[in-house]
Amino acid sequence: MGMTMSQKILAKHAGLESVREGQLIRAKLDMVLGNDITSPVAINEFNKAGFGGVFNKDKISLVMDHFTPNKDIKAATQCKQCREFAGKYDITNYYDVGDMGIEHALLPEKGLIGPGELCIGADSHTCTYGALGAFSTGVGSTDMAAGMATGEAWFKVPSAIKFNLTGKLNKYVSGKDVILHIIGMIGVDGALYQSMEFTGEGLKSLSIDDRLCIANMAIEAGAKNGIFEVDEITMAYMKERADRDFDIFKADDDAVYSRVIDIDLSTIKQTVSFPHLPENTKTVDEITEDIKIDQAVIGSCTNGRISDMRIAAEILKDKHIAKGVRCIVIPGTQKVYLQCIKEGLAEIFVNAGCVLSTPTCGPCLGGHMGILAAGERAISTTNRNFVGRMGHVDSEVYLASPAVAAASAIAGKITGIK
Amino acid sequence: MKAHGTVHKYGDNVDTDVIIPARYLNTADHKELASHCMEDIDKDFVKNVKEGDIIVANMNFGCGSSREHAPIAIKASGISCVIASTFARIFYRNAINIGLAILECDEAAKDIENGNEVEVDFDTGIITNVTKGCTYKAEPFPEFIKDIINKGGLLNSLKK
Repeated sequence: MGMTMSQKILAKHAGLESVREGQLIRAKLDMVLGNDITSPVAINEFNKAGFGGVFNKDKISLVMDHFTPNKDIKAATQCKQCREFAGKYDITNYYDVGDMGIEHALLPEKGLIGPGELCIGADSHTCTYGALGAFSTGVGSTDMAAGMATGEAWFKVPSAIKFNLTGKLNKYVSGKDVILHIIGMIGVDGALYQSMEFTGEGLKSLSIDDRLCIANMAIEAGAKNGIFEVDEITMAYMKERADRDFDIFKADDDAVYSRVIDIDLSTIKQTVSFPHLPENTKTVDEITEDIKIDQAVIGSCTNGRISDMRIAAEILKDKHIAKGVRCIVIPGTQKVYLQCIKEGLAEIFVNAGCVLSTPTCGPCLGGHMGILAAGERAISTTNRNFVGRMGHVDSEVYLASPAVAAASAIAGKITGIK
Repeated sequence: MKAHGTVHKYGDNVDTDVIIPARYLNTADHKELASHCMEDIDKDFVKNVKEGDIIVANMNFGCGSSREHAPIAIKASGISCVIASTFARIFYRNAINIGLAILECDEAAKDIENGNEVEVDFDTGIITNVTKGCTYKAEPFPEFIKDIINKGGLLNSLKK
């Protein structure tokens, strides 16, 4: 029986000829990731278990991104604990304020994950790196602790849904609209325990930034991982960032899928997820009522890359956001932040009445840098709109692309852009 | 091994942001996390929960963030077991890894009501609803997972 892309990567890392759906395996890891929220729990467990050291100091990434620059004394204490752990074990990829970025924007940018590699991260959006043809999945802190110590993790081999993409996206329609459309179609548990595998001639028109955004939200459909077939676009991206060799895995022709879904990218429209689940989607044409907003957030591990900043700036150029709206723009990494300054985007944002923050997860999870009061409403390019996600339990988050968020900030209400 | 307690019942897609809101993730202290457990979905949970109580919910329990703080908060609040129709996969892993007992059983999840008195036998997978006088059968854990739980969690199971 043939294997999917995800199954082939798992088999290779488990040292097996083949694996089948449901099989429990132990596999070797190419990267173990944690952040300032999940790593302290992992470090406590690591220390309690009495491990003598880490399996490979080059294959662990610790990124201080959620509550940084430290929002309070407790957050500072958590970062300090991570910093001391990184120092003690000489962790190569420790990123702190000044050279950090939002983890899932930062690791691809630095070439730390690539095609055919196996990564776990104590953060649910670790599935982002599937955009590069890696098998990458979110786990908890205990898995992270075990991974740091042993370089291995246990997996149950997943089945897969195949997404066969054709056509090309229209202007102002992005990877965000594709993934919101898919989640609206299959639901927040539509891919529970499964892989989402993206293939087809439509890949040619999807940039790496679009693919990273799509894979990022695979978890919002309950998926274990999202993965894209590797092509020239992937290899060109990797060539600029890493000089190691990669194994490229394509699905077998006779691979078995639980479901095959065809998507013509040219039919995707600008899409918004309504509170309080990412599956509550409407295209902008379907929104008939006036939905006034108090805040717009443009950034995050989903949409904090340079192409996101450019499209938002294109829309905000020579305009001003509506009176009474706060617009918070957060480049995903220091490199993107600097690009925003060099390309003149920073000036456009500030002139339009937005604030430009250093990289942080901040408001996405109601941490800091843009918390909502009771009764307030935000449009956000982030990935979750659960109850209380961005602040008060009686606030609301609508998810959308950077283009729709920027257009909405100008209009003061949720709107698409022609 | 058995659990016996009063049920706190919830619906579909109970996410980790309501189990333990991110604003409290600036600590890893188990007791402190437990003091905010379920706060954004059930303000009275912390006040009402007793040692040994059981959470029952419908589809996709624990969806969202990978925060292990969620099963930790539930376990530290005294909950002995979570029963749901289905669990989100990272929550499922995390619960096993930290030794919080969880069972998938759609029949039980649908029939059990808030306040019911329920007993769970983990060896047989039999769930007894004492209040209603009926039983449900849950899928037992695979051997691999039983081994992790019997050894007291993932890290203990790795010790030679």
